[in-house]
Amino acid sequence: MEQFIKPIHLISPTLLIPLFPLLGFLLLSFFGKNLKQAGAWISSLLVLVSFVISIYLFKELGNKQSLDFDVFTWMRWENVSLNFGFLIDPLSLIMLLVVTGIGFLIHLYSIGYMSHDEGLTRFFAYLNLFIFFMLLLVMGNSYLVMFIGWEGVGLCSYLLIGFWFKKDAYNDAAKKAFVMNRIGDLGFLLGMFFMLFYMGGLDYATVLSSAEGMEKGAPLLVAITLLLFVGAMGKSAQIPLYTWLPDAMAGPTPVSALIHAATMVTAGIYMIVRSNILYTLAPFTLEIVMWVGVATSLFAAIIGIKQNDIKKVLAYSTVSQLGLMFAALGLGAYTSGMFHVVTHAFFKALLFLGAGSVIHAMGGEQDIRRMGGLWKYIRITAITFLIATLAISGIFPFAGFFSKDEILAAAFHHKLVWVLLSVSSMITAFYMFRLFFLTFFTNFRGTEEEKHHLHESPWTMTVPLSLLAICSVVAGFLGMPAVFHMPHWFNTFLGPVVETSKGLMGEVHHMEHSTEWLLMGVATALAVASIIIAFVIYLSKKQVPESDEETTGFAKVVYNKFYIDEIYDKVFVKPIGVLSDLLHVVVDKLIVDLLVNASAWFVGFTGRTMRLVQTGNTGFYIFAMVIGMMVLLLIQLVL
Amino acid sequence: MLNILLLIIPLAFALLIWFTKGSTSRMAALAGTLVQLLFTIYAYNQFMALGAAPFEINYQIAVKPNLVAHLSMDGISMLMVILTNLLLPLIVLAGFNRYTERANIFYSLMLLMQMALNGVFISFDAFAYYIFWELALIPIYFIAFNWGGEGRTQVTLKFFIYTLAGSLLMLFGFIYLYTVSPLHSLDWETLRSNPICKCDQSWIFWMLFAAFAIKIPIVPFHTWQPDTYKTAPTQGTMLLSGIMLKMGTYSLIRWLMPIVPDGFKEWQYVAITLSVIGVVYASIIAIMQRDIKKLLAYSSIAHVGLISAGIFTMSRVGLQGSLAQMLAHGINVIGLFFCADIIMNRTGSNQVEGIGGIRTLAPRFAAWFLIVVLGSVALPLTNGFVGEFMLLYSVYAYNTWLSVFAALTIILGAVYMLRMYQKVMLGEPLMEKMQFEDLKWNEQLVLGIIGVLIFALGIYPEPIFELTEPVLKTLTP
Repeated sequence: MEQFIKPIHLISPTLLIPLFPLLGFLLLSFFGKNLKQAGAWISSLLVLVSFVISIYLFKELGNKQSLDFDVFTWMRWENVSLNFGFLIDPLSLIMLLVVTGIGFLIHLYSIGYMSHDEGLTRFFAYLNLFIFFMLLLVMGNSYLVMFIGWEGVGLCSYLLIGFWFKKDAYNDAAKKAFVMNRIGDLGFLLGMFFMLFYMGGLDYATVLSSAEGMEKGAPLLVAITLLLFVGAMGKSAQIPLYTWLPDAMAGPTPVSALIHAATMVTAGIYMIVRSNILYTLAPFTLEIVMWVGVATSLFAAIIGIKQNDIKKVLAYSTVSQLGLMFAALGLGAYTSGMFHVVTHAFFKALLFLGAGSVIHAMGGEQDIRRMGGLWKYIRITAITFLIATLAISGIFPFAGFFSKDEILAAAFHHKLVWVLLSVSSMITAFYMFRLFFLTFFTNFRGTEEEKHHLHESPWTMTVPLSLLAICSVVAGFLGMPAVFHMPHWFNTFLGPVVETSKGLMGEVHHMEHSTEWLLMGVATALAVASIIIAFVIYLSKKQVPESDEETTGFAKVVYNKFYIDEIYDKVFVKPIGVLSDLLHVVVDKLIVDLLVNASAWFVGFTGRTMRLVQTGNTGFYIFAMVIGMMVLLLIQLVL
Repeated sequence: MLNILLLIIPLAFALLIWFTKGSTSRMAALAGTLVQLLFTIYAYNQFMALGAAPFEINYQIAVKPNLVAHLSMDGISMLMVILTNLLLPLIVLAGFNRYTERANIFYSLMLLMQMALNGVFISFDAFAYYIFWELALIPIYFIAFNWGGEGRTQVTLKFFIYTLAGSLLMLFGFIYLYTVSPLHSLDWETLRSNPICKCDQSWIFWMLFAAFAIKIPIVPFHTWQPDTYKTAPTQGTMLLSGIMLKMGTYSLIRWLMPIVPDGFKEWQYVAITLSVIGVVYASIIAIMQRDIKKLLAYSSIAHVGLISAGIFTMSRVGLQGSLAQMLAHGINVIGLFFCADIIMNRTGSNQVEGIGGIRTLAPRFAAWFLIVVLGSVALPLTNGFVGEFMLLYSVYAYNTWLSVFAALTIILGAVYMLRMYQKVMLGEPLMEKMQFEDLKWNEQLVLGIIGVLIFALGIYPEPIFELTEPVLKTLTP
């Protein structure tokens, strides 16, 4: 990445990209009441403008040039100066396109989805604010600017999860998301302190170049990467900080699609790819990243089997897919991880929006046990949903096939990881088709009234669905496997970002073409097998998942997500509450304050006692004086 | 000359207000504080252009003992003067649309306090400084005592005696400094350039530290504070938390560090550890507080604990961060107490539990309150973040493990603030037939100004650095 030439004419377009959504936020915040539906359109169009500018930048810069510039000094002391600046390179360009592109589609979708909500303009204001912070996150030229976006998107997530703030359960979910993210942010913050102290700056250029000069496995790098990874665990919902994401489904469905599937939750992956040199030089951390990813991927997939809320299934699937991406990063396959971020953004956004369309049609019902047979009623939704389901299951030629295949290929030299990830993919295909069959096929299981209400969504909703469906098919071709003898555009484009890491990595596992064919074959076979099992259970046998009370044994444990929330509550939340009361009542009131009051009491006591001496009786005074003199005399004699 | 005016304007208005009646009192108070604010802006410009020269005053009070009133100005003092005179109009404005008994006396005391606070920050000799320091206590004592809530007699007495006890230790320390210093002078510059022997510095440190630690307050000298903040009338609490406690943190930088540098170094680790423990200790207590004002009081202890920890690192980043954070905390904390006051005033309840649903009834209030909360939990781009980042980094540079502990504040802060906001503002209204009028014009104005300041200083804190950096260069090694 030595070609940091400054195409200065691109600076102002770059600045405009985050400014438009910010403008939208301000506009809607102050004049939302008067704008109503028009406000939603304005807000969406502003994101579209950002998208168009992003395309322009993409065309102008390509992957041969980068743009790195500071706007102003934010904080400074002594010889340290922390600047507010931007970096546009291939990696940020990819993220820019994803954020503004999918962001715009989801805005458009929300116009229909939220049209009857009284908080319409507030919703769009938050969405715009989210886009603004997400853009800062991916456009910043330093960890500090990334951190602004990082916490900013956390705030928007908080606001949007708790969008329907009258329900306390939603507010709890929002607070949980914010606090869990803050736990991660603590790691991020400390990681920045290490960089600042030992490397003298927080901008990528300084940090990465100073890391390059360090030895592989240097403790400093391990510390920094681990701390940053703690931040990633929070934001990208990895074990042990993942429990907020399923709860986050309390927010309106477009939010789940945009924030909790396509963009914000992938910030952790973006951050690691951005810092890939640091991670490559810290193999120990990579190992941890890999295992956390694998564990999360498998664990969340297992929970996904037993969930009956359409959004909860998708939420656990997101956690699981994020785990897969982290596993890829841990294996050193940075571009593959990024590739999966992009394809996943398309098909997962599509799944959520499809789920939103289903919920919309069902008049708010989210339990798949009460759906069924919707194929007839909402055809566009059903077809696009099928495409996304095929994509996430890794069926050729849908997008997920290509990116998943790349990750599995990267894992192949590490047999155990490969097996575990394959199992996780297999489970994914199973629960996704379970979801699909239960929702769209067999007979409708809802009430007559609901059946009457079933209808396809308006065009503002179906157009985004269709566009995302197209992307879910074609996006995979951006990265063709080597065996097809076609250019891997994605890897080439991101090449400059990971170039140094590639050089540092040393051993590269080259794969025979025959092995690669075999891997693809196995993966596809497993996915197809899962689909068949799902087909047999839910279509041929027409089984419907048992009601909550009937669920027993291990199934109950899985249904209750292994009781992780309850454990956290008992181990962390409750004890802190008790500690708080204890410190307040016992330590503060009783011990500390008692000492203070005791000293005050002592002063009072001395005063009261000594007062008794002041009798006003001259005889007593003379008597005391004589006694005093005698005592003094005695002391003098004795000494 | 300018310094005299900084004192005379509030004093003159304090006298004037005494003779007003009814609602004219607060109008006069607003006028007075606005005049002072305008004059402060003028003074700031003069200072940036000409330096300390137009502020310099050396008035010999007595020859034997050698007592001089030396008033001057530097970047740190200027910042504190700005803080004081910026917040006072807001505090006065917060009282509009509210009935205050004997308003003339109330506001007169408030302006008197403003004079004393200005005096504390511009005094460059220990004698004048001490007089202003004590003078500031008198009006706030009467405000808390006469206009306070339940249990005020006991609470304010404790507050008064406690802080006074600290001040007397400080006075003793200064007198000792006077007797041992060869030049027999209490002038700041003289004291600073002729440090006393190390042996004495060690205990003199504690004499002065006690006074400051009580005022700030640093745990475990804090027990007067939650009850006082709770019982004092809200405008009094704003004065106490927004400005008066900064007398303590300011004095750490102005008096303690330069005058007993060796003692400062000797006890540095104790003071930082105490401060950091205070941060976590107060944050944890805040989580389960049932009273809104007490919750805010404990949160304030946590925040100022971090400020003093940063100061005690003696590093440029710590001092710079502490100054930025003093301004930020002043702005945010009066915003928080004002919001608490609005809630208590409208609902009649001061409890975290049992209100709820305000956001539905008063969306504008909810939005502005949220902005203040965000500033308080140090979200990036708010003023709270700049200070907190620099302070935590300074603690990190001093000791890694201590910083991990101190940084828990970013988690705990989110926990108690969001819990409070959720319980009070969100959900369904829990009170029967709840009414909650949205912001009135004065409330909107105050919160609007605070909100703008929160973002302005969070995005572009450069003016603070520009103002204070030259002084800090001379104060740190």
